[in-house]
Amino acid sequence: MTWEPVIGIEVHVELRTDSKMFCGCAVSFGEEPNVNVCPVCLGLPGSLPVPNRRAIEWITEIGLALNCQISPVSVFHRKNYFYADLPKNYQISQYDVPVAHDGWLEITVDGETRRIGIERAHMEEDTGKSIHLGGGGRIHSAEATLLDFNRAGVPLVEVVSRPDLRSAVEARVYAQELRALVAELGVSDARLEEGSIRFDANVSVRRRGTDEFGTKVEIKNMNSFRSLERAIDFEIRRQVDVLDGGGELVQETRHWDEEAGVTRGMRTKEGSSDYRYFTEPDLVPMVIDEAWQAEIRAAMPELPADRRARYLSLGVDPQTAGALVGAPPAFRRLFDEAVDAGADAKAAANWITGELVAWARREEVDPAEVAVTGAGLAELVAMVAAAELSASAAKDVLDGMARGEGSAREVAERRDLLQITDRGALEAVVDEVLAEHPDAVERYRSGEAKVVGFLVGQVMRASGGKADPRVVNELIRSKLDET
Amino acid sequence: MSLADLTIAEAAKGLRRGAFGARELVDAVLERAAKTEAELHAYLTIDHEGAREAAARADEELASGVDRGPLHGIPVALKDNLCTEGLETTCASQILAGYHPPYDATAVRKLREAGAVPVGKTNLDEFAMGSSTENSAYGPTRNPWDTDRVPGGSSGGSAAAVAAGSALGALGSDTGGSIRQPAALCGLVGMKPTYGLVSRYGLVAFASSLDQIGPITRTVEDAILLLEAIAGHDPADATSWAGDLPDFRSELGRGVEGLRIGIVEELSGDGYEPAVSAAVDAMVSSLEAEGARVQEVSLPTFDVALSAYYLIAPAEASANLARFDGVRYGLRVPGATTEEMMARTRAEGFGPEVIRRILLGTYALSAGYYDAFYGQAHRVRTLITRDFARAYEQVDVLVSPTSPTVAFPVGARTEDPLAMYLSDICTIPSNLAGHPAISIPIGLDPAGLPIGFQVMAPALSEPLLFRVAAEVERLARFDARPEVVTP
Repeated sequence: MTWEPVIGIEVHVELRTDSKMFCGCAVSFGEEPNVNVCPVCLGLPGSLPVPNRRAIEWITEIGLALNCQISPVSVFHRKNYFYADLPKNYQISQYDVPVAHDGWLEITVDGETRRIGIERAHMEEDTGKSIHLGGGGRIHSAEATLLDFNRAGVPLVEVVSRPDLRSAVEARVYAQELRALVAELGVSDARLEEGSIRFDANVSVRRRGTDEFGTKVEIKNMNSFRSLERAIDFEIRRQVDVLDGGGELVQETRHWDEEAGVTRGMRTKEGSSDYRYFTEPDLVPMVIDEAWQAEIRAAMPELPADRRARYLSLGVDPQTAGALVGAPPAFRRLFDEAVDAGADAKAAANWITGELVAWARREEVDPAEVAVTGAGLAELVAMVAAAELSASAAKDVLDGMARGEGSAREVAERRDLLQITDRGALEAVVDEVLAEHPDAVERYRSGEAKVVGFLVGQVMRASGGKADPRVVNELIRSKLDET
Repeated sequence: MSLADLTIAEAAKGLRRGAFGARELVDAVLERAAKTEAELHAYLTIDHEGAREAAARADEELASGVDRGPLHGIPVALKDNLCTEGLETTCASQILAGYHPPYDATAVRKLREAGAVPVGKTNLDEFAMGSSTENSAYGPTRNPWDTDRVPGGSSGGSAAAVAAGSALGALGSDTGGSIRQPAALCGLVGMKPTYGLVSRYGLVAFASSLDQIGPITRTVEDAILLLEAIAGHDPADATSWAGDLPDFRSELGRGVEGLRIGIVEELSGDGYEPAVSAAVDAMVSSLEAEGARVQEVSLPTFDVALSAYYLIAPAEASANLARFDGVRYGLRVPGATTEEMMARTRAEGFGPEVIRRILLGTYALSAGYYDAFYGQAHRVRTLITRDFARAYEQVDVLVSPTSPTVAFPVGARTEDPLAMYLSDICTIPSNLAGHPAISIPIGLDPAGLPIGFQVMAPALSEPLLFRVAAEVERLARFDARPEVVTP
């Protein structure tokens, strides 16, 4: 283990705003080619960009969620390069003053939680799509290329991590956390398969214990979390092999070949790209002042980290809190409603993350369709606490509630699951059982105290499981001891 | 006298008096074009049919009491870097040969809404890069005052058309003087508004931070009429001025008494033709005689304005013109790969001056050179704005020649780009600062060539600018017309 991987991730998130970043064309996926286009997103002569206010709000949300500083004034730049699916042959992007910078995202791997630094989150526009015909769909052997500009100009947020990740697993978890975050914010469809969220990885290795960075390789074309992890793992091994073999690494961009399970250098000669960034003269600086920031922050949904903290403060244990943070939204809402209805938070959380999640999975019911209400769950929790229901009976009751059979009490009554706690009613049963088992009574009296358990079991059976075991226990002991 | 020689204001009155109709007016203009175009080549496209239809519509509307204002029925020319829906827009470049925009530029749309009658699209230096209209892929435009000479540029076609009477007024674009300099060389009023006053939407960009659309007319009054129609906030242009518009007429008629006028020290001396300097001096004396308080003002950074301009404008142009690649519209020269197709298209589609500026701009933005060139030019730009601000603490307006020379012979500067670039030495500072400026004709040199007088004012001070310009116009009594229009 002489080599330490150093990994940074660049994430492109397509925002699902109604309209594109700089024009009024619709943002939608899976349409006929070139239907959502206009002079602006086609880069026709004379057209000018006008920024989408909603997109700026949403990137600010992402920045805040990533604990970033928001630039009060941020600037668009032109990134110049020629490519057929880039209509203006420059991309409106950001350079030295991104909307958000210097934040972090927490990831937990093997029980260890680490903060991964976020260098920046900046706003840009997406490109069109090239469809290469013939030659196996590859650009260099294609006979023709078709262009679809529906995606051109879709608002794109690029989130760049610091090179803080140290393994492929960490990189994968980071990517998943980030995806969950933007999905949570509701600002992106965040679908890997549709490319609405895309990951590139910068991978290098260095001798453990050193601070210098090794030669960086950018890998692209990973379209699942699994392939992201595999590609990085492969790339780390490849780089270590090259270095161990006395070779040298080249700074380059490599493509992940999912089928072959390898990264491949691209055939194009890159050199060092010079994008000749300069301030976009068609746009004025974006001002995101304190007031607007506060407005945006106020409109944001509760984020996982805040939610976890809230659950813990309500008395939920850390592991259950973690499970609840990741539970389906309908179940998280149920939890909040149950707590509002007076339920003990810890118990409500346990019922939801334990029994209810399992029930929905087992019964293949969408969590949103589960008929349990907050008030219902609160009632159930209270009944268990008051020993009106045994733990196993409560599971039955929850099953009935989930099926919409009524409130906890209604289900318990209908299914005849209420515990018998009435001493008078139980005494008769106890007497009966004691009479039926004189040998057990004898063993108890000769000092075999554990036989009480057997007798309690017999009473429970005789009561059809409804007797309150605590009361039964008490009754048996007092009767055995009194004579 | 032909109807084609009327000012916009006169024609507007005539139309309302019923002295003639818009059809007659446009016919007179088209007839003038038929007579002069072979020699002048002011237009790249004349839209006979569209113009006659628009004029007929204006006649109908006016007859039925629908009056869209002073431009209703007025034949105007449009520089061919303004997008016109369905009407070929080439920027005088091969790369856009046959390009028909799907939309009207905002300024064009506003003119149409005001009832104006677009006659056609005027010649320019390719993508507005030049000062003589010789850099047109479709051949040069000639100066109506002397057809052996250039009309100036890059809005030379618009200026020649108005001077010749093949339009009553025209729109040009001004990035470093491209409205004012040809106006000066053709004996016309040419005005560059404050940056952002007129929407750039639909103006094919040369240098986005400098470009402004403005009027070229025979009188200051006509310039105001055109500007009133095209100015105003446009949500489609993020750099367009969103505040209140000044009332351009609010200071008219107040004279210049007590007004502090600064003569820019740096815009005189060697390189300025004696006749130009003499005419400017004489005008300054006249203004002084009217009660203006005249003083010399130094704006030292003006000496480096040209250098800064020739880094900033090409840098922006190198990105603005990147979209002309043969992929989506315009010329396409086939190649074995996409890259080769793009390279060939651009090599064949752009003329030498455009290629020169793209290379210059690309170089100025390149890693390792950015700070020394583009970055430095921006710092100079800031200093120029500061110089202006200091000057405006001492004076209300600044004046200078519009161009150091009168119209020069065709071909005289084509082999010497630097000499050509010097044509804009007086006009460039206002673009770098985003300030308004205007050129008013004040006389003829001994050879009978027009001389322009430039007035500059602070941002959004159009009312003051027009007030001084109107006074200059009154004092100059410039009523000469080029021979080509005299029967």
